[in-house]
Amino acid sequence: MEICVCVKRVPQVGGRIVVTPDGQEVDTRMSGFAISPHEECAVEEAVQLAGRYGGNVTVLTLGPAAAAEQLRDTLALGAGRAILLATDGREWGPVATAAAIADQVRRQAADGAGYDLLLLGNEAADTGDYQVGIRVAEALGWPCATGIKHLAIDGGGRVRARREYRGSEEAFELRLPAVITVKEGINLPRYPSLPGRLRAKRAVIEEYHPDWQADRLRMTGLRVPAEQRQQATVLGTGADAVPALVRVLEELGVLK
Amino acid sequence: MSVLCLVELDSADAVVDASLRALALARGLAAGADGAGPLLAVTFGPAARLPLDVLGAAGVSEVYAVEPDQLEGYAPRAWARVLAGLAGAAGAGGPAGAGAVLAAATDRGSEVLAYLGAITGQPVAANCLEIAPAPGGTYRLVRQRWAGLLLEDAVLAGSPALATVSADAGAADAGAAGAGTTGDAAAVPAGSRPVVHQHKPGLTEADLRVRAAVSADQGGGVSLATARVVVGGGRGVGGPDGFAPLEELADLLGGVVGVSRVVTSQGWRPHTQQVGQTGTRITPELYLACGISGAIQHMAGCGSAKHIIAVNTDPAAPIMSRADYAVIGDLGAVIPALVAALRERG
Repeated sequence: MEICVCVKRVPQVGGRIVVTPDGQEVDTRMSGFAISPHEECAVEEAVQLAGRYGGNVTVLTLGPAAAAEQLRDTLALGAGRAILLATDGREWGPVATAAAIADQVRRQAADGAGYDLLLLGNEAADTGDYQVGIRVAEALGWPCATGIKHLAIDGGGRVRARREYRGSEEAFELRLPAVITVKEGINLPRYPSLPGRLRAKRAVIEEYHPDWQADRLRMTGLRVPAEQRQQATVLGTGADAVPALVRVLEELGVLK
Repeated sequence: MSVLCLVELDSADAVVDASLRALALARGLAAGADGAGPLLAVTFGPAARLPLDVLGAAGVSEVYAVEPDQLEGYAPRAWARVLAGLAGAAGAGGPAGAGAVLAAATDRGSEVLAYLGAITGQPVAANCLEIAPAPGGTYRLVRQRWAGLLLEDAVLAGSPALATVSADAGAADAGAAGAGTTGDAAAVPAGSRPVVHQHKPGLTEADLRVRAAVSADQGGGVSLATARVVVGGGRGVGGPDGFAPLEELADLLGGVVGVSRVVTSQGWRPHTQQVGQTGTRITPELYLACGISGAIQHMAGCGSAKHIIAVNTDPAAPIMSRADYAVIGDLGAVIPALVAALRERG
């Protein structure tokens, strides 16, 4: 089974998000970068599936040259091949991103070894657009299931996927080739091994240069919402604070 | 301008809260600059059981109801096809085209609007807090990034304009509309009940290729998303064995245990208990956060709690600036003592 995992380089935001003075992007001078949490699980799922059913895992990203760092991180986890759809640093909207990914999938199919399964995170941690996977699926004419937290594939190419829905579960059945977007919780991602890291360091990253296109949803500025900062009223220290704590619980009306 | 809004119903045929918020924003948009336009709702389910009073109170003038004999259950592409047909169906028995199509930014709303965007070739603005008409047939909007930790001002040039509405949008307005779900239905003036059209969409095999089978309810208990009290446990719990006192406390308070991301990524607790950007968003009366530092990704999931009490050894932890009350100390000492005090109190 040929699996392609799509990941996105995003800032690792810690205690707070800072926007650049021009209000056009997140200030990343003090932060590292990583792929989104859901995508860490997509990579893990791909590596596990390839282990179970055989086949190869390709990891693909659309981003600046520096996103090669995230590709190497995922190669260290067991992906065999890495593709960078290189941009000039401008932000790509979901329409253009999906078009570039679909083009790459078609190119791969034309070269002989087309993908059977595309895995993405349910949404990117930064822009949270919730639509690249579906737009890619529609462009390719493939079925798609999103927000998946349990995935099983049988020998006949039948996919069984489940997700949470309002306290219960929804189950989907579809056939390969398919697009699946996953959520954190589908698995526990592994840590990279030392041999994996060494292999990743030496790996060649294939590079393509898709054409940027303007999105008709145009960001004009970013800002941090007014903080609801306050200072907690300290009720006391250690177990001595318990009587005061009980009184507060009474006042809040949460005691039965 | 005419605005079409996908309205999701729960298993008891009530309008879900997120859809009430979407309706409130859609109503404002429909009443926008070029004079009042109709607010149209699209529902999937038996038309006879529709909560028309609630929809009327939310400003809906017409409902396009897709009955189960037309489309049973949830099929995201088919739902999007229905919206596409209604939004663009001038003179074809549908409304005379909609200027905008909105849905709640729920799993389903987000999914259906993404299909609608792909089918119609239009951009989708996700997680909007505000949308207003702007010059040149565009829309000025504010939407959330980073699960609400960052706001984006943007201009949308879509026709129709497609957007999902954040659960944080106009909380007060939606609350007022939501009041209609309980006893206020009778207060709705007669004649404001919307007209219902039983809509028969033309669907293809491809539209129905992906459809959901809902499995049985996960089995009782209070759900994290709707719990009145959540007792949170973070790194400070120390390990998988440290949760017993928290469970006991949650039990005494009629609540449930929620955890931070580090707890699930360590495998101490299942991911279903995670509160935060990549877990569950909670809205309890009380969030009692034990041994949780309060990283912004965690606060994105619990910031809507009415009250927060933190128990933490570190008086400088970020959670201290978001909590109402705090106890400085080791949760391993505080929580068992609290449990004992509550038991004694009876």
